[in-house]
Amino acid sequence: MRLFRRPVLIATLTAAVLTLPACGSGAPAGEGGTTLTITANSISGGKNAAGADWIKQWVIPRFEAAQKAAGHEVRVLFQPNGVDDEQYKTKVALDLKSRTGADVIDLDGIWVGEFAQAGYVKPLAEVGGAAVETWEGWRQIPQAVQGLGIFDGKKYGLPQGTDGRVLYYNRELFRKAGLPERWQPGSWQEILDAGAALKKIPGVTPIQLNAGTAMGEATAMQGALPLLAGAGAEIYAGGKWAGSSQAVKDVLGFYRQIYAGGLGDPKLQQEAKGRDKSFAEFADGRIGILAEGDYFWRAVIDPKVGVAPMADRDRVVGYAKIPAIRPGAGIRGQDFVSMSGGAVRVLNPFSRNPRQAWELLSFMHSAEAVKAELAGAARVTSRSDVNADVLAADPMLKFISEEVLPITAYRPGLAVYPQVSAALQEATADVVAGRTAEQAATAYRAKVEGLVGGSGNLAD
Amino acid sequence: MSTDAAGLGRARAVGFVLPALVLIGVFLMFPAVWTIYLGLTDYRLTGLAAAEPRLVGADNYVTALGDGRFRNSLQLTVQYVLGSAIIGQAGLGFALAWIMRDRRGPVRRLVEGLVLLSWILPGSVVAFLWIALLDRDGGTLNALLGTPGAAWLLDHPMLSIIVFNTWRGTAFSMMLYAAALENVPPSHLETARLAGASTFQQLRDVVLPRIKGHVLTNVLLTSLWTFNDFTPFLITAGGPEGRSEILPFYVYSTALRGGQLGFGAAVSFLILLINLVFALAYLRLLRDRREVSG
Repeated sequence: MRLFRRPVLIATLTAAVLTLPACGSGAPAGEGGTTLTITANSISGGKNAAGADWIKQWVIPRFEAAQKAAGHEVRVLFQPNGVDDEQYKTKVALDLKSRTGADVIDLDGIWVGEFAQAGYVKPLAEVGGAAVETWEGWRQIPQAVQGLGIFDGKKYGLPQGTDGRVLYYNRELFRKAGLPERWQPGSWQEILDAGAALKKIPGVTPIQLNAGTAMGEATAMQGALPLLAGAGAEIYAGGKWAGSSQAVKDVLGFYRQIYAGGLGDPKLQQEAKGRDKSFAEFADGRIGILAEGDYFWRAVIDPKVGVAPMADRDRVVGYAKIPAIRPGAGIRGQDFVSMSGGAVRVLNPFSRNPRQAWELLSFMHSAEAVKAELAGAARVTSRSDVNADVLAADPMLKFISEEVLPITAYRPGLAVYPQVSAALQEATADVVAGRTAEQAATAYRAKVEGLVGGSGNLAD
Repeated sequence: MSTDAAGLGRARAVGFVLPALVLIGVFLMFPAVWTIYLGLTDYRLTGLAAAEPRLVGADNYVTALGDGRFRNSLQLTVQYVLGSAIIGQAGLGFALAWIMRDRRGPVRRLVEGLVLLSWILPGSVVAFLWIALLDRDGGTLNALLGTPGAAWLLDHPMLSIIVFNTWRGTAFSMMLYAAALENVPPSHLETARLAGASTFQQLRDVVLPRIKGHVLTNVLLTSLWTFNDFTPFLITAGGPEGRSEILPFYVYSTALRGGQLGFGAAVSFLILLINLVFALAYLRLLRDRREVSG
């Protein structure tokens, strides 16, 4: 007996083929209502857990209730991720390339330019409609922070906030090394001097300055770029990329002094999980000085929600501004420098419900939502009204927003930047592996020249 | 048979072959041709070249062949295949099969069970076991050897993944050779031994001619698997600083992480050519063998 009659078989196959494209196109269609999805590189119990919990426990129920009150049947889903940033970027790019993906998407601000050039994201007003321009929140976001979501003069994303980089130091180790427990180095030499004093304590790595390619962008943001700013240069300025300039050689020379001088752990820079290990070692009191963003304070060593919690963080850990190579030698003649970045949220231009997606996105950036997202943690949000509220409560946040943000710099949002950054990371790796600053700078220059279309686009 | 009947037979034959042809066309030929085409463009995952890729001719190939990192990858891949597929999996697999050939009972079952276990465990699980074993702080090996802080993965990245891959894949070769050795009559080996032949001579003159086909098949398969294997990425991620960046990792980091899809396609095509050389050499050897024995 035949299992299927032929027409039945053909009909079944046809139906299967026809329904295939409906799979995997982001959200399932809500029954009689609208379904919206949010995606981010955060996951409960793992990476950026607080953000995932806020979306699931605060944003979704409240937004659904608010929509219901207005007579709309809306379901919101969250697609979590807990992978490294480059993998997340690839995944989102592939989603958008195939015109699928979530309606509201978390992106690093540095990716906005290349995503816009590729046609993966469109200006907010084009997707979300007239409601975008009249949104109340724009007045609350400082221009510099709005810049995180701007490309070619158009607003592509809503900034989630910004951050700053500082030097963290372990006060107990400083006391043991005979160093002051309130420390603010005024030059690179003073960092090296503190490192030399810390070296006398057995089992302690004096300085952790991210280096090498395994750390990826963390090497640029926490290491090479703030140092470059401290040497008076930027990676991209006036239409030219930094070549083998004196500033680049100064930066690589400083790396060499740390890693060839036994003040840092070269092996840690090469490990696949080196950055995570550096967090654990600092929390264990095995690293004296560590350059990191404020992310380290609120998401890594936070006593309650950190991945490497320090119960006595507030007493033991101090933070200082990153000094220029010499007083007054930093960019714009500054004594101290920093680098900032920040995440944005964009609308998926291929969303089936772009207007409602904007409602969801703007809801996530309302004062009330942003305050809830903080949940008592220290973070410079994008909204001045919220910052004014929470500033007073947290000295670290106050320090970042009052002392660090006024002296900070941002990366260029250009598609070739990640490759230039990779070349800079390789240069630091060369120095850690024992090459001279001169050799590493020459190799770096040759790579960048190939990337940016000739030496006419380099500043040596 | 009338021509009508012949025509009907042909139509029926075509009907039978067509589904397979369509599948091969859609899932094999089209992607292959598409990959070759992409390899000739400056196509990227993001940026302007994602929206409007341009034809750049052989640029990607010139860049790859001139890239020190690609040549380094190629060199490491040769080491990796020689070390872990040919000497490691095939060699060790044969040695184990040879040692176990006359044994029956619990010892053999125990050895086979242990070796098989390494083969049936998922690669990602095994990779994490090896990290736990070789890690710098808290690794089992350092605890056993009393060498705290020895960085095996950083100081010997290639050796680490070669040993890992050997450990993982030896079982397949061992099972294959164990079956192959059943084809060698013990009386022949006995005669050779009585005639004063050394073990090496026995292997060369009595055993090898009878299992040559198995050896070729085994070496080809383990080589191809190893050549295209991505699992060790979980252990070293190609590091430190590219010292274990075999070709699959190179493609991954340039094409996917670096977003250079056109370049990645070109390198993938180069890898396909290298694989073809392997396969053609194998077919050639097999044909020679048939002609000799036929």
